[in-house]
Amino acid sequence: MTTPSAGKWAKVLAEDKDAFLEHWLREQKAVISARPDLMVDSELRRESAEFLDLLLAAADEGAAADISAEPWAPSREYLAGISRSRAVQGFTPTETATFVFSLKQPAFALLQAKLKDEAVLLSEVWTFNVLVDKLGLYTTEIFLTSREDIIRRQQAEMLELSTPVVQLWEGILALPLIGTLDSERTQVIMEILLQSIVDRSSGVAIIDITGVPAVDTMVAQNLMKTVAAARLMGAQCIISGIRPQIAQTMVHLGVSFEGVVTTASLADALAHAFRLSNLHVSQAQSRS
Amino acid sequence: MNVKRTEELVLAQSEDIVRARQTVRAWMIREGFSLVDQTKMVTAASELARNAVDYGGGGVVLLEQLLEGARAGLRITFTDRGPGIPDLELAQTDGYSTGTGLGMGLGGSRRLVNEFTIASSPGQGTVVTITRWR
Repeated sequence: MTTPSAGKWAKVLAEDKDAFLEHWLREQKAVISARPDLMVDSELRRESAEFLDLLLAAADEGAAADISAEPWAPSREYLAGISRSRAVQGFTPTETATFVFSLKQPAFALLQAKLKDEAVLLSEVWTFNVLVDKLGLYTTEIFLTSREDIIRRQQAEMLELSTPVVQLWEGILALPLIGTLDSERTQVIMEILLQSIVDRSSGVAIIDITGVPAVDTMVAQNLMKTVAAARLMGAQCIISGIRPQIAQTMVHLGVSFEGVVTTASLADALAHAFRLSNLHVSQAQSRS
Repeated sequence: MNVKRTEELVLAQSEDIVRARQTVRAWMIREGFSLVDQTKMVTAASELARNAVDYGGGGVVLLEQLLEGARAGLRITFTDRGPGIPDLELAQTDGYSTGTGLGMGLGGSRRLVNEFTIASSPGQGTVVTITRWR
């Protein structure tokens, strides 16, 4: 795209920079990218002004529309920063890309007013158009990458969050399981439980599956492996929260928690754990 | 027999098994199945979806809402294009597995539903159909 007139648009824009910036800000607000609930006016103005400076500086170095080239590195980085922060703040991809695409209207208006030669005007408008399109696509790409990062991080957080080991009594741990037990999570659960057994020198661990919607052969197998590993470490496991529908399904499926104490409720499991630990719970005599 | 509505899901990775389970559960609830029936069908679907992903290298699930006379039902078809099962009889025997699982999935699924058909030939993939009537 390098023609003798390449970069002329930048000169035109630079001459009327302040007016151009105002027009651009109006454009952004007119469309949707200005979200008063998400971003204050002054911040949008600062971002727009800084990006405009970078854009004109890059164009000054005679770079054509190849935005992967070296002179565009600062502009790219700045855009990437904006995209990432907007993805985190909850902007839509359209709103984020509008930041760049809304450059077109004010630029075309300004070029049309300043460039009298039609051939030059057409060539400049085209050059600028191609450039803005590329920058816009780049923004969207970064935006999507940031969203994917957020999703990945949340998945990792959920793996950690959803497996708390709680101590019910000295020597008695409980692991309330919630959600699906796919293989990756089961691995995490197993590690957390076994480590807790060591850390708190517990003799009894209650695994509560009240919050597990379906127990299929893989879930059953994973639970049995966890129980077997805990047993090797000297802890006894009780599986609680076997609801009627789960019990019926498991019988038909043909899987059983053989050799493991199972109970319908967490309360029953705790009572059994007390018996295993030789603890007796009795009602206190009232003094009155 | 009338097919009132259908839905197709892709099975490619383990997250898809979760999605298949949730979809089956939603369909069963909408059809007014009891909690026990829901759990049985969801569990069977979970087994077969995992088979399709782990052994069949992925495939598709087709859910169909059935109406035959006065009774309503849900039919689910699991299709994969994996290596196929050479000996169907043996594969449905409890405790037999070519992988590391319990070997209860196929036989167990058959016991959880009203109708169960399986068709497979080496190199052609496997098609399993399960139906539960209300």
